[in-house]
Amino acid sequence: MKRDDFSWMIGGIQGSGVDTSANVFARAAAAGGLHVFGKREYYSNIKGEHSYFQVRVSKDLIRSHVDTVDMLATYEEETIFRHAGEVRKEGAIIYDPDQESRRLDQLPTIEAPVKAALMAELSKAGLSPDVKGVLELARRRGVHIYPVPYSDLLKAVGSKFGETSLSTLQRMLNVMAVAASFALLSFDEDVVKGTVKKQFRSKPKVAEMNAEAVGTAYDFIEQKYAGSFAYKLSPVKVDGVRLFVRGNSVVAMAKELAGCRLQTYYPITPASDESEFLEGHAEMQLDGSAGQENPQVGEVAALKNKGSIAVVQSEDEIAAITMAIGGGLAGVRSSTSTSGPGFSLMAEGMGYAGMNEVPVVVTLYSRAGPSTGLPTRHEQGDLRFALHAGHGEFPRFVLASGDLEEAFYDTVRAFNYAEKYQTPVIHIVDKALANSDGTLPMLDVNRVKIDRGEFLREITDAVNGEYERFKRTPNGISPRPPVGTRGGVYWHTGDEHNELGHISEDPTIRDYMMEKRMGKIDLADKEIPISDRLNFFGPEDADITIISWGSTKGAILDAMEWLQQDGIKVNFLQIRLVHPFPTEYVTKILSRAKKIVGVEMNYSAQLIGIVRERTCIPVKQVVVKYNGRPMSSEELYDAIKMIHEGNAPTRIVLKHGA
Amino acid sequence: MALKLSDLKTTAHNDWCPGCGDFGILNAVQMALADMNVDPSSTVVVSGVGCSSKAPHFIKTYGVHTLHGRAVPFATGIKLANPNLEVIIEGGDGDGLGIGAGHFVNSGRRNIDMLYIVHDNEVYGLTKGQASPTLGLGMKTKSLPTPNINQGINPLLLAIASGYTWVARGYSYDVRHLKDLIMKGIRHKGYAFLDVLQPCPTYNDIQTKEYWAGEGNLDPTGKTLPRTYKLEETGYDGIVHNDDPHEVEQKIQQAVLKSFEFGDHTPIGVFYQNEFVPTYEERLAGRSPSYKTNPPAAQEIARADGTPLTNISKLLDELRVS
Repeated sequence: MKRDDFSWMIGGIQGSGVDTSANVFARAAAAGGLHVFGKREYYSNIKGEHSYFQVRVSKDLIRSHVDTVDMLATYEEETIFRHAGEVRKEGAIIYDPDQESRRLDQLPTIEAPVKAALMAELSKAGLSPDVKGVLELARRRGVHIYPVPYSDLLKAVGSKFGETSLSTLQRMLNVMAVAASFALLSFDEDVVKGTVKKQFRSKPKVAEMNAEAVGTAYDFIEQKYAGSFAYKLSPVKVDGVRLFVRGNSVVAMAKELAGCRLQTYYPITPASDESEFLEGHAEMQLDGSAGQENPQVGEVAALKNKGSIAVVQSEDEIAAITMAIGGGLAGVRSSTSTSGPGFSLMAEGMGYAGMNEVPVVVTLYSRAGPSTGLPTRHEQGDLRFALHAGHGEFPRFVLASGDLEEAFYDTVRAFNYAEKYQTPVIHIVDKALANSDGTLPMLDVNRVKIDRGEFLREITDAVNGEYERFKRTPNGISPRPPVGTRGGVYWHTGDEHNELGHISEDPTIRDYMMEKRMGKIDLADKEIPISDRLNFFGPEDADITIISWGSTKGAILDAMEWLQQDGIKVNFLQIRLVHPFPTEYVTKILSRAKKIVGVEMNYSAQLIGIVRERTCIPVKQVVVKYNGRPMSSEELYDAIKMIHEGNAPTRIVLKHGA
Repeated sequence: MALKLSDLKTTAHNDWCPGCGDFGILNAVQMALADMNVDPSSTVVVSGVGCSSKAPHFIKTYGVHTLHGRAVPFATGIKLANPNLEVIIEGGDGDGLGIGAGHFVNSGRRNIDMLYIVHDNEVYGLTKGQASPTLGLGMKTKSLPTPNINQGINPLLLAIASGYTWVARGYSYDVRHLKDLIMKGIRHKGYAFLDVLQPCPTYNDIQTKEYWAGEGNLDPTGKTLPRTYKLEETGYDGIVHNDDPHEVEQKIQQAVLKSFEFGDHTPIGVFYQNEFVPTYEERLAGRSPSYKTNPPAAQEIARADGTPLTNISKLLDELRVS
């Protein structure tokens, strides 16, 4: 396997600017025309615990993270203790020489087993249990060690600005570590400075000082270590516009574009960022697509060229879902965003929306469960729950995006399905996507179409003022004038009901209404094109067929490229619409597959169970992972390779991650 | 054309027990809506689950009969999506103060322009008479095997503490007075709470119609004294007249004290009213000025061909790196 990319990691105490530094690194690399994939790992904690950010950059498209670290940038000791062992031979570690004597036993935040293992390793090598010992261990493996005297360099920056406060200067530690990294890589200094200035543009003095810190770090590395690190990172020319985005914001932007005008939420990791983004950008322009002339825009703009989304922080997730359903009843595209524990509270509301044929979208940012689980870590453990949440039987859609770009377009489709089929839609965006940053080509708003289905703005056929909201129609979908439409009234109830929406326990009405509601799933199954429901990658004829869903897509596609270099032919079936399940197509693909491998970030390989239920095809080989850390392309590559060689157990559990 | 009372009645079969206090409340709501000549298709009655929550089916406006305890958040979503609608919430005391208590309290923080009517009969009727959150400690209504082991909630006190800007109590057999209260509650700018004392002839054999009429409550001369009295007849004024924190505090204290009167001498009428608190709709408009002129339900989101109307180019520009 030959990697043609660079994997950089920075760590630090949560709240010390780890995110900012990773952002600067990633944005600078992106500004230099490189493709970027960033992965954020953090504890359920505000300040004090360890967090780290891994940024992978390449001149070619990349979609996942790797286990290997090519360069580890540190400015405190815990990152060294935790991650020095992950740095590859010929890689680099940047550190603060002031930290050399820091001892492992002084760190309460490192878990006892991790400490014990490292202690044993150091003692075996005859090294001291401190930063110095750990770095020596790395050096012996062939890792380049670069001491950077941060405090001296920071004081030099400070003296130019008359800033002597150590705590103020220390806020630039993270940027200095980023700059030292780029300097070792001989990356364009001006691009880094420009990115730093943009990052701190709201505070001009801070921006200037940080840019100065970049220059100081570059000068230091130039004098001391010029040419010592073999890997070079050079800007490349890019055609067209490129974006640098995070999962949560991609979904938020798509919601605005889709016309979502009511978003409710109760704070929960990793979903809240999306709602906060919406709240921060609640007012919007309604005048058609970006800067383009459109003859129809004028009339709309003259009438109402400003719109807004009402973002409501609710008292709990029960309120969040029921408020959103209220919005749906009033004819407004409405949604709520949550994670597993919150979604558990929404189960009853889901049933109401199903029973009353109300369009509503739930964006489910799946994280590791059960219960509180690993609140800030990743898992795809909620697929079965999304399919079945709520008592009784009602139609729903379950949509799962595989990457940031898909998350954008799928968000719009979620609202279209909800309105067209008048039922709840669950859009799963897993934590790995929510907290991934990456470069994307410009999102194409022209690809987006809004389909409101049988949405009625006026009631003209009420009888005695009463309108049949649940009118019988050949395809089971009744025209939907929202609550508040002039010309008639109707009712809604969680009870079984007649056409007017009044309670009815009549057995024939019950049969009709059950068949009307459930039939919408069969209708959708017929109407939705297969290209919107799944992706198929790779050659038709392959040794191995991978079936998966959600964010594992990136690792799978990256691993496939390496496997192809090894002459192993792999194809990949990615299910995007899990319900209604694309049974016919999946059956066709799987029945001619030579060897099927299910890849999932959960314990029981939930999709594989659904595949068997729908297609009667058993998938005997699985690769699963449930330690809360996303799958890397490297570990997946190793697993598939082992399967191909024929010496793999039928259940491979991946374990990587810190 | 003036709305007649009969225009607000539906043909849905009403299955409440004979003599149920719900009838008085239903009549009062319909009379109030007719008197105010509302547009039925701009009016929504939202309810939870329970006997009283069937009320929307008997009123010919839009009716949304929701989940147990969730009438308030459903109504919140409807009203915020379309603030031009008149939204009235109806539900029982168990629905609002038991399973829905979190919403009861937190909706008070928002001050959305809606009226919330709680049918307060101290029992769970539809599940055959269990103690509800307003039943007092030690009370033993008909179907309880042993006296109530929990204290009762004081709904008015809770509403005041939660921030409702109009707090009142009515009695379901004083329909005219109740109708007036409902009209005031609808007209109030902000979130209004109306607690309605309501006999449950089947399961509450303590607070019966006769009890409220004064049965056994005699003055020294032996005359029967009704157990309710009207606040306005005593010169009580619960209204905040000036946007003055001291006056607000004084009126709140007065209402809190008044809310403790219960039993033989139970006040009905308006306990507290303050129209100086901005509504949630006004607060949203503070965030997004167009919310007022172009609220969610009024916004066009796409052209006839499905092209979105929302321009997200500014958002995309913020994320551009090349």
